[in-house]
Amino acid sequence: MHKNDDYKGVWILAEQSAGRVLRVSYELLTRGRELADKRKTDLTAIIFGAAFDDCDLQQLIECGADSIIAVEAKQLEHFDVEPYSACMLKLIAEKKPEIIIAAATTTGRTLMPYVAIKADTGLTADCTVLDIEPQTGNLLQTRPAIGGNIMATIKTPNHRPQMATVRPRSTKPAERKADRTGQITRINASSDTLTTRAKFLGFNPDESEHGLQDADIIVAAGRGVKKATGVETVKTLCEKLDGALGASRDVVDRGWLSYPHQIGLSGKTVSPKLYVACGISGAIQHLAGMQTSENIVAINTDPDAQIFRVADLGIVGNIFEVLPVICEKLDALKRGEK
Amino acid sequence: MKIILPIKQVPETGNVRMDEQTGTMVRDGVESIVNPLDLYAIELALRLREQNGGEIIAITMGPPSAEKALREAVAMGCDSAILLSDKSFAGADTWATGYVLSQAIRNIGGYDMIICGERATDGDTGQVGPGIASFLDLPVMTYVCAVDEISDKSCRVKRLIEDGNEKWEVNLPTVLTVVKEIAVPRLPTLRSKQKSRALKIPAWGAADVNADVNLTGLAGSPTRVVKIFRPQVSRKCEKISATDETTINAAADLFVEFLAKRELV
Repeated sequence: MHKNDDYKGVWILAEQSAGRVLRVSYELLTRGRELADKRKTDLTAIIFGAAFDDCDLQQLIECGADSIIAVEAKQLEHFDVEPYSACMLKLIAEKKPEIIIAAATTTGRTLMPYVAIKADTGLTADCTVLDIEPQTGNLLQTRPAIGGNIMATIKTPNHRPQMATVRPRSTKPAERKADRTGQITRINASSDTLTTRAKFLGFNPDESEHGLQDADIIVAAGRGVKKATGVETVKTLCEKLDGALGASRDVVDRGWLSYPHQIGLSGKTVSPKLYVACGISGAIQHLAGMQTSENIVAINTDPDAQIFRVADLGIVGNIFEVLPVICEKLDALKRGEK
Repeated sequence: MKIILPIKQVPETGNVRMDEQTGTMVRDGVESIVNPLDLYAIELALRLREQNGGEIIAITMGPPSAEKALREAVAMGCDSAILLSDKSFAGADTWATGYVLSQAIRNIGGYDMIICGERATDGDTGQVGPGIASFLDLPVMTYVCAVDEISDKSCRVKRLIEDGNEKWEVNLPTVLTVVKEIAVPRLPTLRSKQKSRALKIPAWGAADVNADVNLTGLAGSPTRVVKIFRPQVSRKCEKISATDETTINAAADLFVEFLAKRELV
């Protein structure tokens, strides 16, 4: 057991790739700022890497952090669980934060459980809502459970720090305020924290997986496409809208589109300006991955489909009849006709 | 090469029904299966044994009925299995689960690799694999989609991450968690099914794995579930029907207007 009162301050784990701070770090600042304000405490961003630019670290301050701890060493260039966890555990032991939030990325989902075990504390994965319990000051961690069919709120009452991961894209990145100031601390990682049994050999970027989570417009295909060639109809609309192509799990499981297209609990979480669901019934697992989109349009033959519960505009009809007409109208619009 | 496979028995959640009144899962008629993502871990273990020889031991923590999951793993080709079952293990979160599994793995000893599925389809945390590595002070490679160049001392893995894949060399023993891309899981053969039915599966309790019962189950879990509720999803949906030429035309116009109003086209 830890003495809860000895632990103060909210931390977020910022992430970098090739030395540049990743977008998800700013999403975490949105979450972290809210929690720190409710707890009337400071927000610190911690980040590990080979070396950082001043302006990158300054931007974390401008986006809501009160202080930054940047741990630098050549061995921290790529995420490697042993040195990363050793550095993080050392910081935790020294500074005793009450809350640590990380992104549910491949890095966060590996580092956080490794650290939580050794820090002898609890960790809640994939939270969608984080809040503070007014009476106790405990972190309330809400996440989907049992395939998204229920939501569970979880506490870590007697252990500190309270640790949680949150889904990337489940919140907006914090906005920059140029007049914000804060303290930046750079630490050279000590050699005792840098031992590892793994060796980085190389990285291959995969261009095909880009796009979906950064897209402003996503057009997604569901079981309503009926067969592999049915996807083409959805793809045509997608191209006309200059969007990215998404899919429900059904479509991916049947091999009609590949896994990188999958949206939902077991795929990607997206939050575009426009989400067009074509022939998607709206299983709760799918809704969990797209319901924070700004505008949602659903087209489905079943008037009672769950997807309509999260849609702004619902068209009850057959996608093979409706989509071609929509495409014609979009063409006409582009040609300047009414 | 000695491989330990921690697996989990999960409810078949593909078509879970919820009790609208109580907000709990309808368990009647819900079948228990091996966590579908563990099948990829089993398949990788089988392939590594085919290439390098050795043995595969499947373990699971759960009620006595979880033995069924172990028999399925043996039917796929695992050599033996151990059930970790004790009243004190009940109600474990990922910390307490990792603790019991790592204690059992210590007890087995002499392993080269521990291979886990990416996550279980019921809890969906993916925390137990890295947790086991942390308890045992081992390196861990997560999201592994390929393994090659295995020697006595190390192996090479490919990790599937957000924007591409990474290649790493890692010393043995190590923990790996694998993704679907690793290999297509095989089906059990008739012969292996027969073997699996006949196999005696030992059950280990807390004392057998030297587990401190203050650290197992609910007592050892730092987290507590305080509330369970139905997710609320609702927007004001303007719903229109598009069934004949006129209504389809009107719906398409509305769609384009919707986009134009929001400057999306």
